Amino acid sequence: MTVNSVEIRHVSKRFTLRHTRSLKEMAVWKSRGRDLTNIFLALDDVALNIKQGEALGLLGWNGSGKSTLLKLISGVMRPDEGSIGVRGRVAGLIEVGAGFHPDLTGRENIYLNGATLGMSRRQIDRLFDDIVDFSGISRFLDTEVKFYSSGMFFRLAFAVAVHTEPDVFLVDEILAVGDEPFQRVAVARIKELCKEGRTLIMVSHDLPMVERICERGIVLREGRLVHDSDIGSAITMLRQSDRV
Amino acid sequence: MNATSTAAQGPTDVLPLREPGIGGGLFYVARWRFLLMLLVRKELRVRYRGSVLGILWSYVKPLVQFLVFYIALGIFLNLNRGTHAYPVYLFSGIVGINFFNEIFGNATRSVVLNADLVKKIYLPRELFPVSMIWVAMVHLVPQLIILMGGALLSGWRPGPLNLLAGFVALLIIAVLALGLGLLFSAVNVLFRDAENIVDLFLMVGTWASPVLYTWNMVHNKVPQWLWVIYQSNPLTPAVELMHYCFWFPTTQHLSALQQAAQAAQVALLGPLNPPLLPLWSLLSIATSLVALAVGQVVFARLQGRFAQEL
Repeated sequence: MTVNSVEIRHVSKRFTLRHTRSLKEMAVWKSRGRDLTNIFLALDDVALNIKQGEALGLLGWNGSGKSTLLKLISGVMRPDEGSIGVRGRVAGLIEVGAGFHPDLTGRENIYLNGATLGMSRRQIDRLFDDIVDFSGISRFLDTEVKFYSSGMFFRLAFAVAVHTEPDVFLVDEILAVGDEPFQRVAVARIKELCKEGRTLIMVSHDLPMVERICERGIVLREGRLVHDSDIGSAITMLRQSDRV
Repeated sequence: MNATSTAAQGPTDVLPLREPGIGGGLFYVARWRFLLMLLVRKELRVRYRGSVLGILWSYVKPLVQFLVFYIALGIFLNLNRGTHAYPVYLFSGIVGINFFNEIFGNATRSVVLNADLVKKIYLPRELFPVSMIWVAMVHLVPQLIILMGGALLSGWRPGPLNLLAGFVALLIIAVLALGLGLLFSAVNVLFRDAENIVDLFLMVGTWASPVLYTWNMVHNKVPQWLWVIYQSNPLTPAVELMHYCFWFPTTQHLSALQQAAQAAQVALLGPLNPPLLPLWSLLSIATSLVALAVGQVVFARLQGRFAQEL
């Protein structure tokens, strides 16, 4: 039996871009009769069901609403219209090292980041060695993260995220940072997560990589869902469509 | 039997569909205790990074603050003369107000300072203001130790009612500061003016409650309606409860000479404890709870917009 892991029911998201905030500037703008706000429709009536265990690639050029959709699924933002349902725990890498603090050591960051992503103390204790092994930074575990190279930082952040055992795993443009050997390990690990029946939703401009990992692809354009098929034809469709 | 149990297991295996980004507010925070503890530890680590004295600073700062007030008010303005054990009186109020200021001030900035986290990962955002209570408590303990040491030297022998008063005072302060902190931290996301308004509040707060002076100095100067307003400030009864806990007992075991001096003061100005303290304390508890409820409602209402406004 396959159930929907994520249901996106006619979701719209509007951003109000406020140009200015100081009282003086507001008075000047008003007196010139200019509009103080500018409404931007980031997502326009998007409806989508994602099955449990599915690996979905979210495609689209910059500004098409991919990241906004991920943020709505993760709960960081709320939709203006429509609703979203998610089964189980959502976690993932919306951005590398979100929730890492430069002044804490690698060890402390593993705990802080793990807890931020919803892990319990017992879970982290149990997976701690795996996380360290995966990241390959065991020598620097008690060094403050600000002294890490960007590669080390990324590997540690990624290691924590893939060990959080989420039901729905969100990946936003993160694999570009690591070097090639680590990318290979990372992709293998993501595929492993999919095999365990976890749902994957991935955003990346690295189309060959998306094609390797995902089965299904949807294309967003100016906030609207314009294409939904297997990943191969979705990528073809995206490449043919002109950049707006 | 077997068949029914496996049949029943099927649907329970499937987790329910839930709407992401909806927390249970403050009640939900208890479930995130572990993260709360880590956030508190992070806050303390970050605050004392690269510092030799580290947490010892939380002794030094109130001590200096106390000395300044003591010399300026106690000696120069002669408040020592009128009030028995004025240092204890002064410091018990300062400790309470410091506790309030730290929670309220830090909580107000907590959401904006954690913008990185708020924008990228969903977690109950109430955690940030709430964690500031724990941070403030870490700083409260050394101050309480100094205060109790000073009080003991001044003949402090508290009864259970006195200790209860101190506990209630700190509770009122924490609840009120958290409520206001929730309110202003949410507003601060939209308008950074909030933190400046809060700074003003904090500055006024020390003077708008009987921390540095005694209640009768106000009572004997202001009309009745202003006195009622003064007492309605939830911090006023809280500070008086602190006095009742740490200072009032020191006035009960005096030499004959001191007793005579105190009796003369009381005849001139009024009793040591303000009138109707229990009643005003109850009102203060109620006000603080209302502040907490309002803060939570506003916070819950605004937090859907945090990620896009930061």
